[in-house]
Amino acid sequence: MLAAGLVSPNIEWSQILPLLILLGGACALMLFGTLIPGWNRTSSATVAVATGLAAVVASAIKWNDLYYVKGSTFIVNAVSVDRFSVLATITLCGALVLGVLLMSIHHDPLNGDKLESYVLLLTSTLGGVVMVSANDLIVLFLGLEVLSLSLYLLTASDRRRPESQEAGLKYFVLGGFASAFFLYGIALVYGITSSTSISGIRTDLSTNISVTTNDVMLLVGIGLLMVGLAFKVSAVPFQVWTPDVYEGAPSPVTAFMASAGKVAAFGAALRILLVGLERRVDDWRPIVFVLAVLTVFVGSIMAVVQTNVKRMLSYSSISHAGFMLIGVEAAAHFSGNGLASTMTYLVIYTVIVMGSFAVVISVAGNSDSATTLEDFKGLGKRRPAVALAFSALLFAQAGVPFTAGFIAKFGVIKSAVDVNSYAIAIAAMVAAVIGAYVYLRIVVSMWLEDSSNTDELVVSPLATLVLTLSVAFTLVIGFFPDILLNAVELVCGVADTGAIRDEFLRIRDTVLLKFLCGS
Amino acid sequence: MYANSLFASEAASASHSSFPILTALVLLPVVGSVFVTLISNRRPEWVKLCASLFSVGVAGMSIWLLASFETHAGGFQFVSEHSWISQWGISWHLGVDGISLFLVVLTGILFPLVILGVDPHHDEKRYLGWLLLLEAGVMGSFLSLDLFLFFIFFEIVLVPMYFLIGGWGYDKRIYAATKFFLYTMFGSAFMLVGIIATAFLARHDIGYLTFDLVKIAEEASFATNTGRWLFLSFAIAFAVKVPVFPLHTWLPDAHTQAPTGGSVILAGVLLKMGTYGFLRFGLYLFPEASVWAKPVFLTLATIGIIYGAIAATMQTDLKRLVAYSSVAHLGFIVLGTFAITSQSLSGGVLQMVNHGISTGALFLMVGMIYERRHTRAIAELKGIQAVAPIFAAAFMVVMLSSIGVPGLNGFVGEFLVLIGSFDTARWWTIVATTGVILAALYLLWAYQRVFHGEPDEANSSFAEITLKEGALILVFIGLIAFNGLYPKPMLERIEPSVDKLIEHVESRTDYKAPAQKVHESTHSEGEK
Repeated sequence: MLAAGLVSPNIEWSQILPLLILLGGACALMLFGTLIPGWNRTSSATVAVATGLAAVVASAIKWNDLYYVKGSTFIVNAVSVDRFSVLATITLCGALVLGVLLMSIHHDPLNGDKLESYVLLLTSTLGGVVMVSANDLIVLFLGLEVLSLSLYLLTASDRRRPESQEAGLKYFVLGGFASAFFLYGIALVYGITSSTSISGIRTDLSTNISVTTNDVMLLVGIGLLMVGLAFKVSAVPFQVWTPDVYEGAPSPVTAFMASAGKVAAFGAALRILLVGLERRVDDWRPIVFVLAVLTVFVGSIMAVVQTNVKRMLSYSSISHAGFMLIGVEAAAHFSGNGLASTMTYLVIYTVIVMGSFAVVISVAGNSDSATTLEDFKGLGKRRPAVALAFSALLFAQAGVPFTAGFIAKFGVIKSAVDVNSYAIAIAAMVAAVIGAYVYLRIVVSMWLEDSSNTDELVVSPLATLVLTLSVAFTLVIGFFPDILLNAVELVCGVADTGAIRDEFLRIRDTVLLKFLCGS
Repeated sequence: MYANSLFASEAASASHSSFPILTALVLLPVVGSVFVTLISNRRPEWVKLCASLFSVGVAGMSIWLLASFETHAGGFQFVSEHSWISQWGISWHLGVDGISLFLVVLTGILFPLVILGVDPHHDEKRYLGWLLLLEAGVMGSFLSLDLFLFFIFFEIVLVPMYFLIGGWGYDKRIYAATKFFLYTMFGSAFMLVGIIATAFLARHDIGYLTFDLVKIAEEASFATNTGRWLFLSFAIAFAVKVPVFPLHTWLPDAHTQAPTGGSVILAGVLLKMGTYGFLRFGLYLFPEASVWAKPVFLTLATIGIIYGAIAATMQTDLKRLVAYSSVAHLGFIVLGTFAITSQSLSGGVLQMVNHGISTGALFLMVGMIYERRHTRAIAELKGIQAVAPIFAAAFMVVMLSSIGVPGLNGFVGEFLVLIGSFDTARWWTIVATTGVILAALYLLWAYQRVFHGEPDEANSSFAEITLKEGALILVFIGLIAFNGLYPKPMLERIEPSVDKLIEHVESRTDYKAPAQKVHESTHSEGEK
């Protein structure tokens, strides 16, 4: 007994099973991929998909356990396992599986087996899972870095196109800045609350009466944290990197970045803002309000003038981030269910964006360069089924009824109206109309414009699979949204019924009362 | 499964079986659309047959609905209600009353006529698929009794119409289709926020969250200002759809560029979704705000009537002329709606149906002219009467019905609107009446230029109406004549619902509608 006198932290390994599975998968892939002769892309993809599915299963089991309990924190309060983190984990792993499938369609002769791409997809998912379940800002930062570093590499991984390397470098430099801001924010908040634990910050902010409401250090800390998060979710004015990086990165990576990246960043942002800084909601809510309005408008308007579909989709992803921010803004009021609507939006957007990129990858071909609007002309004639599926996904992004996209938009608008944020709701709807024009342009070039290009367009079975899954999800949720809504409501523990609302109002009043009486 | 016992009794007495006919009316076209799309490309001859069968089936059901509709009941009949998105209090709630009944029947009849009578020239399968989907959307809009359900049908209609205009229209079709889509979606954006706000604000009175139109209209009461804001958010969407001056600029483009079938449907039923919306979701849901907004909408309607007529006179394109005439005709409907008397409302509903028939027929005939001459420019058409007398005669009848000549259907609605509005909106009505004269001016002048005179070389080979075209127009003329000579069956069914609506308005506001009996006046007029 060498360490008889030392106490080791109690680590509940079973609670972080999905995390361990992803880590194990990444290590195994790296090891076996280099050691086993004859290892090829298919084997890598199989291992990655299996890892992702195993993580989904592990999370699903956890989900079941959490049915009656609210969840708690583990490993010296560093990781919280609650329904929110489990649902976000499932979404991330779903994005991983779809991303791996997309990655396998994308053939790059310079980088035959692409082993490291699959490993990096796994590690970035790992980072994302850490971000959404971290209950400590330092742990969260580690997750953020793991996710970001993997994404920088993935972005630059197409060696044939200089844009890819340029995008990777750009993303790396700017992302480094954002991380630094975020880290400085952590330091300042720690300086005030003497805690890096999110729940610890919450406790300190509500009990420590020496922190005044206009404490500069805390306000600057909150501001810097938000800069870091806004960069990650690409909220305006921190969005400038997005179009270049999204356009330059290989298309499967773009899809993964747009979906998993957003889920992780929003998961982290929601936890920091709603749990850690709940007491300072009046300080950060106006910031989110401005970010949200700017983001929906700039995203939609800038998308209109693009001629490259990948750039259009990247600006549209900015505008979608704006809609999610509207949900965050709504969640910052003590009533309503902004949290649930943001989560719903994230889940739905993840699936839609994956399906959309399956089409972009198929059309762009192996060189990954044919992504202008011109290249989509006449797709309705060349491959009607693919064009129809893509149209469904684009209409979903525009928020047309009977698609999941409508349910997502309706959800955030509904939660905004519920807390009387009419201005933001109307702004969002007007932006949605502007955004609709963008999707219409793509639809028009697919169906209504002819092109000289009559080559047979090869759509691989995997692309078809991703597309089918994504369209099926979009339509099923569009027609029967209850399935998803019930699950997500469960996450947030807020059902929109009178009784629970009254309970909420009661809690809010108590909180306000305490607040007014100086705790 | 009925939520409300009041409806349960009505529905039980009205429908003889428990067959959910309204749900079938919405879903059958969808099934048809999927079916048509799935037909193999090697079997092009089945496409039209299948589409026709489905649309005729829907028409048959709508006529059956008309036959089994209980005449003197004012409430909703054939109600079917099922929980849909329970999380948000949204249900699949359909019902029909006198106001929506004839719009449903019109939709049911117009679609098979368009499918059978108008040839899209290319990509028939996709064309018919979109058309059937459009039918489902329109049916759903007219039948929905749930705000959310109404919104999604109202909105989904844009997609097939967008493709119909963009895919099968004329030169500037993509511009027109995009303008149509964005314009309407812009209006709906405000309505969506309004709908959600309505449901949340009504929750205080009802006790739980629901989007049920009837429940909100009957049980919720909004603060005066809140109600007005909510009304305005709905009104923007409907005003764009109708379209009310000055939001009409999408209409001439969309109508002119749309394929003939698309124009017929657009003018025939799609525009009515706006005027119907004003009745069902304006007047019924926000009575106080509607009475408050009366002067504004009466003024806009009157401007629309005069402006539409003047603009129509100036047109050089025959189809654009008919499109502007729609702006004028729909002005009458809006005038009737906001005059809020029994006669004006009944007249408005009648005019919705009649305008659908006569303008639909006008667009069909303009389409036939285009088929023959490949131009719609009035200046290039001349003396057609000499070479195609039957065609000219048919056009004459349809045109006279649009002008509103007594004995034909256009007269009944406009006359009722004007006579009903005279009590409550005297000066507006006086100005609007001149619109009737202007209608005669622009249509007769156009007729004179196109049909009279000696045909020049290009027009001398103008082919006479074919048997198929003749049969098609004959159906329209039959409806025109029947509704013009004997509007009583329609009025009997419309009036109870209209009276109920007015009672609803009176019970919630200080407004008192003047006592008017519709039946006497129409009897005397129908016997002319």
